[in-house]
Amino acid sequence: MNTLKTTTGNKMKSLKTLVTALTLSATVMAQAADNVKVGFVYVGPTGDAGWTYSHDEARKYVVDQLGDKVETSYVESVAEGADAERVIRNLAAKGHDLIFTTSFGYMNPTLKVAKRFPKVKFEHATGYKQSKNVGTYMARAYQARYLTGLVAGKMTKSNVIGYVASFPIPEVIRGINAFTKGVREVNPDATVKVVWVSTWYDPAKEREAAETLILQKADVLTQHTDSAAVIQTAEAKGKYAIGYHSDMSAYGSTAHLTSAVHDWRPIYLAKTKAVLNDNWTKEDLWYGIKEGVTDIAPLNDAIPADVKAMVLAKKAALKAGTIRVFDGPVKDQSGAIKVKKGASLNDGDLKGFGWYVEGVEGKLPKS
Amino acid sequence: MDIDLITNILYATVRTGTPLILVALGEMVCEKSGVLNLGQEGMLLMGAVVGFMAAVTTGSLFVAVLLAIVAGILMSLLFGFLSITLVSNQVATGLALTIFGAGLSAFLGSSYVGVGITGIEPMSIPLLSEIPIIGKIFFQQDPLVYLSFILFGLVFWIFKSSQIGLKIRAVGENPEAANAMGINVHKVRYLAVIFGGAMTGLAGGYLSLAYTPLWAEGMSAGRGWIALALVVFASWKAERIMLGAYLFGAFSIMHLVMQGLGFEVAPNLLAMLPYIATIVVLVLLSSDHMKTKLSAPMSLGVPYRPQV
Amino acid sequence: MFNVSLKLEKRPSDSQTMSFLSPLLAILLTLICGGILFALLGHDPLEALYTFFISPLSDAYGWAELGIKVAPLLLCATGLMMCFKAKIWNIGAEGQFIMGGLGGSWAALQFMDASSSWVLVPIMLTGMASGLAWAAITAYLKTHFKANEILTTIMLNYIAVNALLWAVHGPLKDPQGFNFPESALFVDTTLLPLINEDYRLNISIFFGLFAVVAVWTLMSRTWVGYQIQVLGEDAKAARYAGFKENQLTWFALLTCGALAGLAGVSEVTGPIGQLIPSISPGYGYAAIIVVFLGRMNPIGLVFASMLLALTYMGGEMVQMEMALPKSLTGLFQGMLLFFLLACDLLISYRVVLVKKMLDKKVSPSATVDAA
Repeated sequence: MNTLKTTTGNKMKSLKTLVTALTLSATVMAQAADNVKVGFVYVGPTGDAGWTYSHDEARKYVVDQLGDKVETSYVESVAEGADAERVIRNLAAKGHDLIFTTSFGYMNPTLKVAKRFPKVKFEHATGYKQSKNVGTYMARAYQARYLTGLVAGKMTKSNVIGYVASFPIPEVIRGINAFTKGVREVNPDATVKVVWVSTWYDPAKEREAAETLILQKADVLTQHTDSAAVIQTAEAKGKYAIGYHSDMSAYGSTAHLTSAVHDWRPIYLAKTKAVLNDNWTKEDLWYGIKEGVTDIAPLNDAIPADVKAMVLAKKAALKAGTIRVFDGPVKDQSGAIKVKKGASLNDGDLKGFGWYVEGVEGKLPKS
Repeated sequence: MDIDLITNILYATVRTGTPLILVALGEMVCEKSGVLNLGQEGMLLMGAVVGFMAAVTTGSLFVAVLLAIVAGILMSLLFGFLSITLVSNQVATGLALTIFGAGLSAFLGSSYVGVGITGIEPMSIPLLSEIPIIGKIFFQQDPLVYLSFILFGLVFWIFKSSQIGLKIRAVGENPEAANAMGINVHKVRYLAVIFGGAMTGLAGGYLSLAYTPLWAEGMSAGRGWIALALVVFASWKAERIMLGAYLFGAFSIMHLVMQGLGFEVAPNLLAMLPYIATIVVLVLLSSDHMKTKLSAPMSLGVPYRPQV
Repeated sequence: MFNVSLKLEKRPSDSQTMSFLSPLLAILLTLICGGILFALLGHDPLEALYTFFISPLSDAYGWAELGIKVAPLLLCATGLMMCFKAKIWNIGAEGQFIMGGLGGSWAALQFMDASSSWVLVPIMLTGMASGLAWAAITAYLKTHFKANEILTTIMLNYIAVNALLWAVHGPLKDPQGFNFPESALFVDTTLLPLINEDYRLNISIFFGLFAVVAVWTLMSRTWVGYQIQVLGEDAKAARYAGFKENQLTWFALLTCGALAGLAGVSEVTGPIGQLIPSISPGYGYAAIIVVFLGRMNPIGLVFASMLLALTYMGGEMVQMEMALPKSLTGLFQGMLLFFLLACDLLISYRVVLVKKMLDKKVSPSATVDAA
């Protein structure tokens, strides 16, 4: 009796395994051949010509490249907070296979939804938490900041450079530090003044901040805010400016020296293809110049040819990995050496940046 | 802090205060007639987007400003029709207008994002601009700022010594009595509402054509609400609107200047300055109790229908 | 010969039928106009309307989400109803909400080791107290300095926003959080109990429903409520009758502050689960609309909250399902509100066709002779 049961049991087991295998391979084949639905959650409007704009451009590129293998949808201006979780969840529930949540405030909502939808893949921008089906990605914008700092250091006559900043979070501080390092490398007498506008986006306020900096002798400006108001102000006042997120030369062709830009296309295409080919894995991507995710906008002709050459050479070196932005020696504002010569800051140090390098004027706000 | 810095701060203050003054003056006239229009944000954005679109399309800043004004008028007409003729609740209608205007402006302007134009440039007034300090602050501004001075004068005069002002006030204080005196209450209110719309449209045009010549969704960033608050701050008096707008503007600039001067107060706390300052000054001004109470038009917010 | 025109004639008393019919008429008009708008933009009107109004509620999750959006709207609107009945124009529910969330978060962060959910009581109370304290500033300024509350509440809203930013960037920032401006995640015992494990709906909806019933009962059946109503309708009469205006002002504002504060703390200990830079998508302002749409009565407030919450969710849906731009949803919301407000006219007024004889040359006697 027992033997009979076992044999039947074994036969049932094998039958089950066969069926499972067939189903699995069918699913795999189906997944590899099917199309992929990709969802995007944006924190601002696609028309902001800034952060969200750069993400949406990448989305359009994916559609362009993959044609009818991909279907995309997006929801704009999703407030960080309780609403975000619902939007992400609905995207997951409505058959999206991959969802990009493009702001750090979406971190915990993304993780919560991911738990309930284990088959859906999530990519969270600028976050620090991953899970089985949540990966993170970020751009090494600080590399571009460093390069633009080199430009600023060379182009300033007053040796005061203005930085219109939003909020003192590590990403912004990293940008300021990288920029200032570039400035000081080519011009040890220049300083960077930072004004915090306490908003990501308010063109009028950004203008006021830019004017305040100009009042304080700044003749080159840059920003970590979302509109082109700073460039415009510089143009109007006959100063130079360096943009952020995208090429902002349309707003001030004389003033605009260059911009630190993002290009999310390589990441979005790669991740979409991965889901298409069913070989997506959770990663913590931090891509920069080498991978084509970070870059600088074309350099204004007002910049002398030798400066241009120097900047481009540095860019090539960063790309090749022969130099790193925070290669020692790096001093903090008190003059203490935080990074010795020959060493460099690692990714962990960079992610939680909480101090200013030498050359930044003013104390780092703790709130 | 040297005199040069102070002069420049005040110069920036006048610019910052200009859109607030325009909106607040317009809303003041509207409220004096008894109508409370909370739709300023929406009208501001519509003025900004239409003005910008016109500038890009026609290349003429003058036409752009005119069309911005028209946009404000049209939006306010919509509000007027609902709240005056159809006697709808003014508070809710105004809020609906804000939502509507924000959405419509974003919709219309979507293909104009990323477009740059040469905005309205400053135009020094000969002779007056030579006056030390004052000349720099008031007379080296752009034409719309000068217009704001003129409009202030106009509104001030209207309510100081004109028939129109009396009529508007009568309608605002007691529409039944005004009607009995032969004043067409609806007509006066409509005109007041339209004036408010025109002013706000102009203010919107100022934002997108002079202050930061670009279009971006939501670029007014709450200035409509500040202006609304300023009307109350000003106890419905034109001269106090100037005071309030420049006070608010000055502190907004100080929030930024103080950082540059090395004040080590948290930026997020510094950002509270203009709002705290406005409350403090209001409290000081409100010490004259009776005057303040009587300033709010009695019928403000109450819909009126003539008894046929 | 005849000049026919439409005239609005005041009804002798508000029509009960129109009270029910007018919102339906408004919705119908919105559907028609909205449909036309969608069609003009190249989208299937029926699909768009379905996606906007029905889709969000097509599953249990949708209803649960409606519930957690209704709760804060209802709480704020209930408090505002009391203020507005007294003609105290409290525009500050947003700031009171934020301070409630801020204070409540501070409290929640004190209980990271709590093992029992009873800690929710002090947490909720702290949230209510914070909102109440914020409203107290307005009440004080109004009663002691005659400072107009429209101004003070609007300014205080902005101050509250900045206070929240200061807190998440500074004192309440998660020390383990890589300097992100967010507080630590609240532990389970400091989160509001869920009604069902699968959804985000929590007991805050009961807070809301209880509040609206309680406040309405207070307004319609108690002496305090009566005084508040009289104060709103005729301040002179109220003073003449000896009602203490200042005390009533304090009462109304503090109640509203407490309710808005409760909404705020419920939001952070509910769907959000921590303190972050932005905890309100404008609930304090939307609640103002709810009060007037709901005609200041409890059932109206509940329905208006539901409708408004639905339009926010519908806006997300049409973006997701039909790639409709977000700006369109603002347009549509505004339009819906316009129609609702306009149709309310028909409750107090009747549309009447008036014929007027144009020909004045015919004298009455001539007519009589001719006849």
